[in-house]
Amino acid sequence: MKRYVLIRLLSLIPLWLGISMLAFLLSNLAPGDPATVIAHRLSDAPPSEEQIATIRREYHLDDALPVRYARWLGSAARGDLGISYRTKEPVLKELATHFPATLQIACAALVIALAIALPLGVFAAVRRGSWIDHAARAGALLGASLPSYWLAYLLILLFALALGWLPVAGRDGPGALILPALTLGLGTAATLARLTRSSLLEVLGEDFVRTARSKGLSETAVLCRHSLKPALLPVLTVTGIAFGHLLGGAVIVEAIYAWPGVGNLLINSIYDRDYPMIQGFVLFMGTVFTLISAAVDLSYAWIDPRIRYAKKRPIGR
Amino acid sequence: MNSKRRYLESVTPHAPFEIANEGDETISLVVVGRPGIFVRLLHDWAAIVGLAIVFLLVTLALSAPLLAPHDPAAQHLAERLKAPSLTFPLGTDNLGRCLLSRLLFGARLSLGFVGVASLLVLLVGVFVGAVSGYAGGFLDAVIMRVVDLVLAFPLLLLALAITGFVGAGIGSVLVGIVSVWWASYARIVRGLVLSLRERPFIEAARAGGVTPIRIITRHVIPNVIPPIVVLASLEMGSLLLAISGLNFLGLGVQPPTAEWGAMLNDGRPFLRSAPQLMIYPGLAISLAVMGFNLLGDGLRDALDPRLR
Repeated sequence: MKRYVLIRLLSLIPLWLGISMLAFLLSNLAPGDPATVIAHRLSDAPPSEEQIATIRREYHLDDALPVRYARWLGSAARGDLGISYRTKEPVLKELATHFPATLQIACAALVIALAIALPLGVFAAVRRGSWIDHAARAGALLGASLPSYWLAYLLILLFALALGWLPVAGRDGPGALILPALTLGLGTAATLARLTRSSLLEVLGEDFVRTARSKGLSETAVLCRHSLKPALLPVLTVTGIAFGHLLGGAVIVEAIYAWPGVGNLLINSIYDRDYPMIQGFVLFMGTVFTLISAAVDLSYAWIDPRIRYAKKRPIGR
Repeated sequence: MNSKRRYLESVTPHAPFEIANEGDETISLVVVGRPGIFVRLLHDWAAIVGLAIVFLLVTLALSAPLLAPHDPAAQHLAERLKAPSLTFPLGTDNLGRCLLSRLLFGARLSLGFVGVASLLVLLVGVFVGAVSGYAGGFLDAVIMRVVDLVLAFPLLLLALAITGFVGAGIGSVLVGIVSVWWASYARIVRGLVLSLRERPFIEAARAGGVTPIRIITRHVIPNVIPPIVVLASLEMGSLLLAISGLNFLGLGVQPPTAEWGAMLNDGRPFLRSAPQLMIYPGLAISLAVMGFNLLGDGLRDALDPRLR
């Protein structure tokens, strides 16, 4: 186990370096001469040739790409991701202030998704072929097909405008969390419900379940004591992955509900061509996602000894 | 999403050698194109519904100029936000434009972008994956690390950031989408190629002195195409969601272009007074995604009944 953990953690280093390289190279995609762009963004008056030249020197923009990358990586490692063009605040500070809101919405969405998916998936598997199974299948199809950026408005129409139960947007009070989390969670619920169903069906076909039944255990005991635990193992892994996707999917949902998270920050930065902010976002979220996937792998290895003891290719790829 | 994962697990394995060792089961995936598939596809009602939806939408999109009662960009300012009538079957938007005509012409763009994006993603993914799998060694290692890197992010997020750097416009949306979506294809194609490389007919070609380029183009790629086309059909739904999503955010097509995602965006200020401006395009997107998903699931099941 120790060896596995060590290898998995060490594998994060090259991946993180890759992410930093990606974030750095992306900023070079931006059109226009960087010095001119920066000069325009820093002062309201049109900059003179001299000012542009000064900025070019200050930011070392004439250096070779690898040199600039090394310098940028050095300051990034010290927590300096530059200054936002839009808010004139340090990028890392902005990301750190907005991240808790995103975490909150993603956690709430995950809770909603699991609360819908687990009972539905289990019920659909146990009553395979019944109307509940068909309804769950139809619901899963619907959940996977509705765009979140449309579902959001349907929910607003119903719960905020027609019924007036919940606020349309913003982050005032606990009620404001419900609609964004529901919007985000329903799609994931569909995926998880399908997975729970197929995973449980597979387990219910195993020999040990037949043995449990043949020794006269009730269906409830077969289900609760013997089948659920192995069936939920794959669901757990996918839940971890789904959490990463929820953090990513939160971007559009946050923008719709004016939820003050990093997603909303990203969209506003894109509208405002705030390149340091977009670059910082890629590095920051890339770091978060690699940490999450490492945590998922480790927790899975902790639960399932077969992975821990696998000799070949310990990393789940 | 889930269906894609199951499909991925079936063709891309944690170690590609697993496919190579599975022998006969691989053949069921790789050697396709026999009439059996279509027969099986037609026995699956969900797939038929999917096929019907996709066929219907594509037909509507192609015949939009014949069916649309108005020019999708023509503004009838006296007829703003009108309810459905004989002249405007679905009513008009805030500029008095015919909603039905905009939906029909929107279908051309929305579905057209999905087609173009799928094609580009396939080209890049198959080429990079085939090179990676066939070349092996250092090149393979580098390409696979890049794939790992891209797949470390949720796809839409990275596409969004790339589009953000390149600047708004439908071209940059396609750049953003393609430069992210190719990665999972490349990984799968590589796995397939690795397993193909050891198969007797490739060995025979190699022993017969056929050049590597010719082996890749004549023997490897034709065998990789069928499973990859299935994957592409599974992915079309999520591509439509992503492209329309970027258009919804205003990063793609610009007004007055009619595209479903952009129409949703245009309707936002009128959610309270005229919700139909958002209902119709949303319905259209959902219907198309559902059609793609049903069809993709059906194709996958028809090709590989084990996964059902």
